[in-house]
Amino acid sequence: MKPARFQYHRPTQLHEALEMVATLQNYKILAGGQSLMPMMNFRFVMPDHVIDMNRVSELSGIHEDPGRLVIGAMTRQHDIHRSALVAKLCPLVPEAYDQVSHRQIRNRGTLGGSLCHLDPASEQPCFTSALDGEIQVQSLKGQRTISIHDWTQMYMTPALESDEIMTRVTLKPWAQNHGWSFLEYARRHGDYAIVGVAVLVALDASQQIERVSISLCGVAAAPLRLSALESSLLGQRGDDRIFPEVHQHIEAIEEIMHDSYNSSTYRRHLAQTLTARALGIALKRALMVH
Amino acid sequence: MQEDIQIHLTVNGKPHDCSVSTRKSLADFLRQDLKLTGTHVGCEHGVCGACTVLVNHQTARACLMLAVQADQCEVTTVEGLANADQTLSVLQQAFKESHALQCGFCTPGMLTTLTELLAENLNPTEDEVREAITGNLCRCTGYQPIIQAGLLAAQRLRALGEQAPAQASTLTGGSTR
Repeated sequence: MKPARFQYHRPTQLHEALEMVATLQNYKILAGGQSLMPMMNFRFVMPDHVIDMNRVSELSGIHEDPGRLVIGAMTRQHDIHRSALVAKLCPLVPEAYDQVSHRQIRNRGTLGGSLCHLDPASEQPCFTSALDGEIQVQSLKGQRTISIHDWTQMYMTPALESDEIMTRVTLKPWAQNHGWSFLEYARRHGDYAIVGVAVLVALDASQQIERVSISLCGVAAAPLRLSALESSLLGQRGDDRIFPEVHQHIEAIEEIMHDSYNSSTYRRHLAQTLTARALGIALKRALMVH
Repeated sequence: MQEDIQIHLTVNGKPHDCSVSTRKSLADFLRQDLKLTGTHVGCEHGVCGACTVLVNHQTARACLMLAVQADQCEVTTVEGLANADQTLSVLQQAFKESHALQCGFCTPGMLTTLTELLAENLNPTEDEVREAITGNLCRCTGYQPIIQAGLLAAQRLRALGEQAPAQASTLTGGSTR
């Protein structure tokens, strides 16, 4: 089980890589390699050219811009998981990474790689959706920004042109007193989620829901943002009485994906249970800091 | 099509200059070219953890890294974990005493993984040890003896650290950290 032959390229500057993607045919970008390498080993993917981005240091790093958390596309998942800045600004993110695969994988895997691979069950597009992430991509022609909500074109296909490379993700942190929760159900710790949910909630002075964000993974090709449920929860008191509403909204989702292991019905049930549970945890945390 | 690339890397403290096929995994390179067959190859798609090695002191699946990607890196395999005088490291000794291996196939990956954990955390809880090895499959032991070995090694390393703090970091295994 070995990859088919390919030509290996190792740029050290982003512009070198951009020239490569502008000219080469049938190439693949190698980020952390934790999804691409298995696919190449199985020969699901047989690129003629592999462009290894691991020496392009300008694509790694985490910093704060006013009101934003900026994460370079090649930043390792482990570095995001353990970052004090990320934990302070977006505590949802390390909680999600607790459930992303295993340490050996997170040491190599990157956020950008995961967002471009776009597995429907991955936690990373899900928390990016909850935090209204914006993805910056670049080509020789310039750069553009794509909202995570427009990022998925179809199953495992991001809205990335063939001459573009993703460079960074910008997350929008919430006010310090928000509550958060990331929950998922997987058969074993570290497996992809069957269904996962990211919840953020903020309460106003009278403990009513002022702002809420709910995203699901494992139910559709793209992370599913439950906007209608979010709107209907606004202004309500954050207690157990909201849970039947959660149940009804998820019941009303028209199509939920399925495979030979997990039916739509089962995934829907998980989504209902996990969302109610995660909302409960997020609300409790919001009350604690209120 | 360009086939071979010249790489320079350090494996278990020893420098190597090699010409390597671009599509060869780090695991195959270690086993076939350097004859370091302690790194085991199980699933070849990153699930079983048997091929786990340390690359620049961090664990990585050697089946999911190309050998050319290890150019200029410092790699530690299970062969590099023993003490300089070839006696077993504290962790290896704890594995032996706790019966933390039966067939031994998963052991190199378990040892490299727990070496990383103990280099960062000399006081892990049982849950932390358990979580550290979630990416390593063992079909013999039922994991319990492996977890006990991890905890025993941590306890002994703490004791050694109290006696001689400067020495303790070198005892977590070979050239690691």
